[in-house]
Amino acid sequence: MMNLLRLLGSRTASAPVARERLQILLAHERGLRGQPELLGLLRAEILAVVSRHVVLDPEKVIVRMDRGKNVSTLEVDIEVPNGFERSIAAAAT
Amino acid sequence: MAKVLVVTSGKGGVGKTTSTAALGAALAQMGEKVVVVDFDVGLRNLDLVLGAERRVVFDLINVVQGVAKLSQALIRDKRLENLWLLPASQTRDKDALTDAGVRSVIDDLRTKFDWILCDSPAGIERGATLAMRYADEAVIVTNPEVSSVRDSDRIIGMLDSKTVKAERGERVEKHVLITRYDSGRAARGEMLSIDDILEILATPLLGIIPESQDVLRASNVGSPVTLNNAASAPARAYIDAARRLLGESVTMMVPVERKGFMNRLLRRRAA
Repeated sequence: MMNLLRLLGSRTASAPVARERLQILLAHERGLRGQPELLGLLRAEILAVVSRHVVLDPEKVIVRMDRGKNVSTLEVDIEVPNGFERSIAAAAT
Repeated sequence: MAKVLVVTSGKGGVGKTTSTAALGAALAQMGEKVVVVDFDVGLRNLDLVLGAERRVVFDLINVVQGVAKLSQALIRDKRLENLWLLPASQTRDKDALTDAGVRSVIDDLRTKFDWILCDSPAGIERGATLAMRYADEAVIVTNPEVSSVRDSDRIIGMLDSKTVKAERGERVEKHVLITRYDSGRAARGEMLSIDDILEILATPLLGIIPESQDVLRASNVGSPVTLNNAASAPARAYIDAARRLLGESVTMMVPVERKGFMNRLLRRRAA
């Protein structure tokens, strides 16, 4: 009797679960693809440009990328030390 | 014009070597001049699947390093006069392959053959990247199983970024070849379906090779499945796939199980 029930499909199909897990995982992995190299490069170059004019703590430069469905954003967060305006003025003279 | 086709997958054990041998033989049977090149340095097996393991003298690495001439390393198939093998080295390691060396061998092969089929090693390391580096087309061998589909997706990303064609802004023509497909299990929802795989990978289908005893039997005797038993279901699926590579439009057949109930019962007991 148990065998008959099993044959009739009481066991749930696992393929839909596989499909859903893959779709979620791959959407994530495709977003990450190539990103570490690109972000590292952007960070290094931004740091070099800004450092030409302002003394920066390299640890305070954060570059982050968010990939959305329609729009992706590149977020650059640079913390500058106090007295930033004064160093600009000094550089201008 | 010669075409360079890489047979790749990321994951191991999905049927790259079997598929390279079967597609290569099928193309040769249709009159194309074909060379199959083993890129799996240190773990070569294409020679064994083709039954040429005792005829290997020189290999790809010898040619790359200039120790042997290409003509000395090429092995002509004993059954198909249009089919040739360029074996991998069994003793060297994969670092012996260089980009420039591979390019010169591929350029040389382009002048001599219609099809250059590169059997990629598993993984995403040097051997695999060099096998796909100069490809015009790619066959991505995929099993209906989550880890294989994930790795195929990764390989598709590499084909779109790390090949010479991609760097030139051109596209490598990609095809998915689904192997070890069991229509019964797919119908019962136990295995990813063809539609699931194609939707996830968003890449056109080259063929569906059914799970079959004939594949193992053919490799046991060192003969491509298309030669060993041309009437078998996997052989017919490979022959159809080869025709599609030649640009023919062949109706896609989903292989169905033809085993009777008693047959299956007996087989299950035997296993």
